[in-house]
Amino acid sequence: MKRIKVAIIGAGISGASIARVLSRYDNLEVHLIEKNSDVGWGVTKANTALIHGGYDDDPKKFPLRAKLCIQGNRIWHQWVKELEIPHIWNGALIVALTEDDFDELETLLERGIKNGVPEMRIVDKEEALSLEPGLNPKALGGLWIPIVGQIGPIPAVVAMVENAVSNGVKLHLETEVKGIKVENGEVKGIETNNGLIDADIVINAAGLYADEISKMVGIDYFEIHPRKGEYWIFDEDVPGPRRVLFPTPTPISKGVVVTTEISGHLMIGPNAQDLPKEEKENLATTMEGLNEVWEKAKKIWPNLPPKSKVIRTFAGLRPEPSGGDFIIKAEEEVYGFINVAGIRSPGLTSAPAIAYEVKEIIECDLGITLTEKSHWNPYRRDITHFFMTPREEANRLIATNNSYGKIVCKCNKVSEGDILEAIERMKFIGVKTPSIDSVKVRTKATSGTCQGTFCKVRIVQILAREYKVEPWKVTLKGKGSEIGVGDVKVLLRRAS
Amino acid sequence: MMESYDVIVIGGGPAGLAAAVKAKELGLETLLLDENEFLGGILPQCIHPGFGIHYFKEELTGPEFAHRFIEKIKDVGVRYQTSTYVLNIENYSDLEKKIVFSSPKGIKEVWTKTVIYAAGARERHAFEIGIVGDRVAGIYTAGEAQTLMDIYGIMPGKEIVIVGSGDVGLIMARRFALEGAKVKAVIELMPYPGGLARNVMILRDFNIPLYLSHKVVEVRGRARVEKIKVVKVDENLKEIPKSEFWIDADTLLISAGLVPNVKLLQRIGVEIDPSTGGPIVNELLETTVPGIFVAGNALLINDLVDYVAEQGELAAFGAKEFIENEGIPSKRWIKLENGQNIRLLAPHYLSGERDVYVYARVSTPMENVKIVFPEIKKELRFPILRPAEMLRIRLRAEEIRRAEKKITMEAIPQ
Ligand SMILES: Cc1cc2nc3c(=O)[nH]c(=O)nc-3n(C[C@H](O)[C@H](O)[C@H](O)COP(=O)(O)OP(=O)(O)OC[C@H]3O[C@@H](n4cnc5c(N)ncnc54)[C@H](O)[C@@H]3O)c2cc1C
Repeated sequence: MKRIKVAIIGAGISGASIARVLSRYDNLEVHLIEKNSDVGWGVTKANTALIHGGYDDDPKKFPLRAKLCIQGNRIWHQWVKELEIPHIWNGALIVALTEDDFDELETLLERGIKNGVPEMRIVDKEEALSLEPGLNPKALGGLWIPIVGQIGPIPAVVAMVENAVSNGVKLHLETEVKGIKVENGEVKGIETNNGLIDADIVINAAGLYADEISKMVGIDYFEIHPRKGEYWIFDEDVPGPRRVLFPTPTPISKGVVVTTEISGHLMIGPNAQDLPKEEKENLATTMEGLNEVWEKAKKIWPNLPPKSKVIRTFAGLRPEPSGGDFIIKAEEEVYGFINVAGIRSPGLTSAPAIAYEVKEIIECDLGITLTEKSHWNPYRRDITHFFMTPREEANRLIATNNSYGKIVCKCNKVSEGDILEAIERMKFIGVKTPSIDSVKVRTKATSGTCQGTFCKVRIVQILAREYKVEPWKVTLKGKGSEIGVGDVKVLLRRAS
Repeated sequence: MMESYDVIVIGGGPAGLAAAVKAKELGLETLLLDENEFLGGILPQCIHPGFGIHYFKEELTGPEFAHRFIEKIKDVGVRYQTSTYVLNIENYSDLEKKIVFSSPKGIKEVWTKTVIYAAGARERHAFEIGIVGDRVAGIYTAGEAQTLMDIYGIMPGKEIVIVGSGDVGLIMARRFALEGAKVKAVIELMPYPGGLARNVMILRDFNIPLYLSHKVVEVRGRARVEKIKVVKVDENLKEIPKSEFWIDADTLLISAGLVPNVKLLQRIGVEIDPSTGGPIVNELLETTVPGIFVAGNALLINDLVDYVAEQGELAAFGAKEFIENEGIPSKRWIKLENGQNIRLLAPHYLSGERDVYVYARVSTPMENVKIVFPEIKKELRFPILRPAEMLRIRLRAEEIRRAEKKITMEAIPQ
C-alpha cells in the first residue's frame, strides 16, 4: 500500500491536535515539523489556558469560531482523560458591574443558545457572590457558564505529540520551513533547513507565521498580525477565585480575566494591544500593558495582593487574521495545501475540533479515503509528579529508584525522578537541545515562588549528564539561550 | 516504633550547624536535616574571605567556616542526613511535632519535641522587583550565578550589569571582574550604596561605575539578554521621565535582597513580622508556635555569619529550656518595638530574666546617631549607621526589667 505523506507545519496546539487525529489512519505517513527545539513554544506557550464556553462568537460573523469552540470544548473532556492532561472544570462567571451590562449578557446568552452551549444562565447578585465570595461586592450579577475549564496548554501539546509519536508520527524539531515545492498545481514537499521533506499534503498550522507559509505557495489573501496580551502571576499563598471571572466583554476583547490557574496561582490578564505585522517575535512585557491589566482586574477582584507577591509576568501574541475568523480549508489553487491559519482565541479550545475538521477536509475536499489502524492507541500516561503521588506509592517508587526521593524544585516539590522521566520523554519525541524550559513544562520545576533560583542550576547538571553535553551548553529555551559561556576560566584563557 | 528526638534542626547552614552542635553539647538527642547533598548551606559557594571574624576571631572563607562546623558536628556526634527535604511540620501538640521528610531512602515521619528551623532565605528575583521586557537567558540572581561559578565551575556571561549594591552584589562584581568579565555597571535604587564600606571599595578597585538612585526597568534580547534599560529615580524612588538610558550587556545579575524562607512555618500558623519577613520570636527565638525555634536568615536577614551562628546556639538553649520545663514557662513578656528610623528588629519579646542581644537595622543612613530605648532610659551613640550594617545591641536583664510593658527602639540624631 502506498502511504500518503502528510507534512504538518507547526507543533502548536493546532498542529499537535491534527497530528494526533491523523495518526489514527493507516494510509497516512505523518510528519510534524517545528522550527523550535521543543513543541508548544509558539502562540500556545502563553495564553489564558481557558477551555472557553462557546458563547462569544457570533455564528454569522465568525461561523468557524462559533462552531469549533463548542465542539472543541466537548472533545477536550474526553482528550484530557485519554492523554492525562492537567485540567480543571471550574466554570466561568461573566460579571456585570452596571445595569447596562445585563444587555450584553442577554446577547451572550442568546448566542450561547444558538451555538448550542448547555447550562448557561444569568444569575443575580446573591448567587454571583455565593459562586464567588471574593468578587467585587458591587457586582450586580452575572452570566454563569459552568462548562468552562482550564488546561495546561503546553502539557497538552506535549501529551498529544507523545501520543502521536507513539502512533507513528515523525516529529522534526529545529526544522524550519523555508519553501514549499509545488509542481503542476500540486504540493510535492517542503524545503527546510534540514533538506527537502516529501509530502503529498501540506497542512499549514504555523500560528503567527501562517500567512508567510501560505505565501510560499502563492496564496496571499490573508495576513496575520500579532495582538499582544500581558499577564501577572502571583504566589500560591495569594487567595484567588474558584471560578474563571470575566468582565462583561467589549466588541474587541473578552477582557481581563481573573482566575486561579491550574497549578494554584492567581493569574490576571490579558489586555489586548495590536502590534505592527513585523513584530511577531515581540513577547516583551511592558509597564503600560501590565498596569492596564492591573487596573482592569481590580474592578472585578478588588483584593489584589501587594506587588511583592508577583512571581512572574509574561506576554503572549494572538495571531489575528484579516477577516477575523479561523481560516481552515483546502486551497483550491494548490492541490494538497490546507491552511489552518488565523487560529486566534479560542484556538486552544477549538484545537481538537479543528483537527477533525482537517480530517474531513482531507476526506471530502481532497477525496482521500482514510483507513483506520487496527491498533491505534488513544492513551498516553503522564510522567510521575512527586507532588501528586500518595505517600505509599512514592515510597514504592523510591525503593526502586532513589532519585524519586531527591527533591530538586522545592517550591513545587519536583523530584529528580520526575525530571529524569521528563528527559526520557523529551528524547522519545526527539528533543535534541536540552533546555530548562522543556523540563519546566513537563514537571513544573522552576515555576514556583523562587522562579528556579535554587533549582535551575541543579537541573542544568541533570540535563548535562543525561544529554552528555557540557553544562554551560544546556539552554534556557533552545539555541542561543545557553546557560553560560564556558567554564569559569574561559574568558581569561581567551584574553591571554 | 517511630523514631523520636528532642530536637530536629531543619537546615544545615551555619545557623543549623551551630544549633545542632550546641543542642548535642547540651545533651539533647538531635537530628540535623538538609536538602542539599552537602552540609554548609550557602557557605560552600562563598569563596571570598570575611567569615568568622567574631566567632573564630580570624578571617575565613565560607567553605573554611563551614568546614570547622562540619568537623564539630562529627566530633560531638550529631546525627545528620543530607539530600533530605522536609515536606511538612505537623504541630501534633505543644509538646510534640511530627516531621515528614523525603530522602533517597523514602518518605519518613519522625517525632520531635522541638524544632529549630534554620532553612535560610531565598533571593528576590527579576519579576518580584518589577523588571519587564523579554524573558531570556542571562538573567540570574547573584546567588544563582555564584553557585554556577563556584560550585559547578560555569561562567555565566561576559558583560554584566548588577542590580543592587549590597554586599552580595559587590562581591559578585569582584568575582566576575576577576574571571575576566566586564562588569559594566552596578545599579542601586537608593541614594547610598547598600553594602559594607570595605565592599564598596571593590568598585573603585575594578573601575566599575556605580549608579545611585537608578533602577533597572527593562531587559531586551532575543534568546539572551542584549540590552538593559536604566532610569533615574527621585527622592521618592519615582522614575524621572526621560532619564532612561540603555546598557549593552549579555547578563543581568539581580542582587536585590533576600526573603526569609518561612513557608513551612506559615503553614502551621507561625506568625510573621512583616518588617523582617521572618517569624515573631521571644528572646529564646521561639516562634508563636510552642517548641518551634528559628535562627539565621530564616529569622531575619543577617549580614554576618557570626550572628547567624550565635542565633543557632541561642535557639539550642531555648530548646533545652523548653524540654526541661515542658514548654517555656509563662512570663509577663515585655514587647520590643521598632520606633523612628528602625526598619526591623528581633527578638520581639523579652523577659528581663537574662541579657539579650537585639538585632536591628535602621531604615536610612544617618550620621551622629543616638540609639535610644526611652522606656528604660538607655542611649548609645554611633558616628554613622547604615541599613546595610546590622546592629547588635546588648540589653542587660536589669535594664529590660525597668520597662513595664514595652520597650521602643529608635534611631535619632544626636
Ligand atoms: C494572550 C492570549 C490568550 C489566549 N487565550 C486563550 C484561551 O484562554 N482559550 C483559547 O481557547 N485560546 C486562547 N488563545 C488562543 C490560542 O492560544 C491559540 O489559538 C493557539 O495557541 C494557536 O495554536 P497554533 O498551534 O495554531 O499556533 P502555535 O502555537 O503558534 O503553533 C505554530 C507553530 O508553528 C511553528 N512554525 C511557524 N513557522 C514555522 C516554519 N516556517 N517552520 C516550522 N515551524 C514553524 C511555530 O514555531 C509554532 O510552534 C489565546 C492566545 C493568546 C496569545
